[in-house]
Amino acid sequence: MSSAVDAPFCPLRLPRLGPMGIVGAVLVATFLLMALFAPWLAPHDPLKLDVMNKLQGPTLSHWAGTDQLGRDTLSRLIWGARTALAIALTSTGLAGVIGLILGLVAGYGPRWLDGVLVLVLDSLSSLPMIMFALAVITVLGPGTATLILVIVLISIPGYARLIRAQTLTMKAADFIQAERTMGAGSVRILLRHLLPNVVGPLVIVLSMDVPAVIMLEAGLSYLNLGVKPPTPSWGNILYDGYTSLRQQPVLVVAAGVPLVLSTIGFTFLGEGLRDALDPRLKVRPR
Amino acid sequence: MLTYAVKRIGLAVVILFTVMLAMYAMVFLVPGDPASLALGPRATPALKAELIARMGLDQPVHVQAWNFFANALQGNLGYDVWSKKPVLGQILEVFPNTLILGAAALGWALVLGVALGCLAVVWRGTLVDTMLGILSVSMIAIPSFVIALYSLLIFAVWLNWLPALGAGMPGDWGSQIRATILPAFAIGITWVGYLARLVRASMLEVMGANHIRTARAFGLGEVRIIIRYALRLAIIPTVAILAVGFGAILSSAVFVETVFSRPGIGTLITSAVAKRNYPVVMGTTLFMTAFYLFVVTAADLVIARLDPRVRDVFRG
Repeated sequence: MSSAVDAPFCPLRLPRLGPMGIVGAVLVATFLLMALFAPWLAPHDPLKLDVMNKLQGPTLSHWAGTDQLGRDTLSRLIWGARTALAIALTSTGLAGVIGLILGLVAGYGPRWLDGVLVLVLDSLSSLPMIMFALAVITVLGPGTATLILVIVLISIPGYARLIRAQTLTMKAADFIQAERTMGAGSVRILLRHLLPNVVGPLVIVLSMDVPAVIMLEAGLSYLNLGVKPPTPSWGNILYDGYTSLRQQPVLVVAAGVPLVLSTIGFTFLGEGLRDALDPRLKVRPR
Repeated sequence: MLTYAVKRIGLAVVILFTVMLAMYAMVFLVPGDPASLALGPRATPALKAELIARMGLDQPVHVQAWNFFANALQGNLGYDVWSKKPVLGQILEVFPNTLILGAAALGWALVLGVALGCLAVVWRGTLVDTMLGILSVSMIAIPSFVIALYSLLIFAVWLNWLPALGAGMPGDWGSQIRATILPAFAIGITWVGYLARLVRASMLEVMGANHIRTARAFGLGEVRIIIRYALRLAIIPTVAILAVGFGAILSSAVFVETVFSRPGIGTLITSAVAKRNYPVVMGTTLFMTAFYLFVVTAADLVIARLDPRVRDVFRG
């Protein structure tokens, strides 16, 4: 875990991604552009009903066919990229910042606070994550805000523990000891010296968690417990496809493609980043 | 070892109590009372009053909390809002289905994953190794419920080889096995990827050990060395990850069970969430958390028994 000491993370230097990382980066860039420019890329209005032309296969005007209400599937999938990425990036970003703060506090703060935080974080991560998510959704009711909250709560413990472990090892490093002897205050040590050194591994873990978050969003939206229809989400489009599986299989097949490509893209990119920056970092299944 | 065991079990108990407390607090944080939320806007006052009395919501908070804890410890997890059946009974009825599904998924994933991991080590550094690496990462990346939907479409709807719904007839082993194949395939595929990578990585570490060099010096073949001498050591981290992975398996089981309408913990809790059936959601979450803690603690104790170094650093 002391790897950040020998190779300080520098966000400005482009890491040398392997071929897998480059494939991932290209896929991720494609989906980011798709999400950003959805209104211009989508050939039709994703919410416009056209019941006369429902459940069509691919045609010239509807490249990926239409759903059970005659909405254009391709347009819904392009807008779905916006939903998926907006939720995934907001929630992992938020969880990363909170986890960073909690981890620094636990690692550098007083012993008793560390004990309390570790117990809370351990309890939170001892819940099977899906059960916890469903319990929170029952209490708050489904919706995009609940979904983001759930993902943030699930992700915080892992990030906070990573940062805490990094902070604990870094605290004993010579350069921190030297700073302290020279009279630097806790705030200065935390922000100027610890923060830049512990943030590297967090960035890698965050990027490796994005696909898991995209899967969770799609899964919960599939169960109708995430993004509410008619807002297009890959999950609820998959559900529409499932209900009309026997009449028009094109819908379910088409809806799975962007989901699979984006999770593969983010995973490849995360792996590439990890290999380039910190190969010893271990990642647990989630 | 005894000190370690007491500390580890103690921690599990403390965590379980924290979780119970948090769950109970969560119900109180809801705007509005759980009874009217569960019954919806069209509930009559009489119906609401009856449910409030039945759930004990008319009693003071500390009495409610005490009852909740006392009942939970005695195995009473409350009653279904709609069917009035005991929650624990409903859980125990479907729990074996989920357990069988998880075991089947892990079983085939373990066999194939370990085999692929060994192959990658045999041909390390070659094209085969690279291809297996890409294959395992892709397997990890694909969401299991998409695999479930695609395999449902191909093998159940188009080819009509396997059933699309349910868990098979009770008592009919053939139909139960046939109904488990597709869901177990969908859940296991991620694990083939994980295990192949894990076995490869830990095996490469072991290959540098002295006893492997000795085996080479004796002139044993590479395949024999890998299977008889390296795999024994390399399998230990795999056992450790299997326990932690139970949470991940459960996660995919929730989605995959829904896709195949297979009775299980996943279908039980998701239908309860949709109907805001609090006692079922809370009871199932508590039950699965307790079970998960049991599995993880047991695995930690087994690993500590096998590897004395673990005992010395307790949650560092």
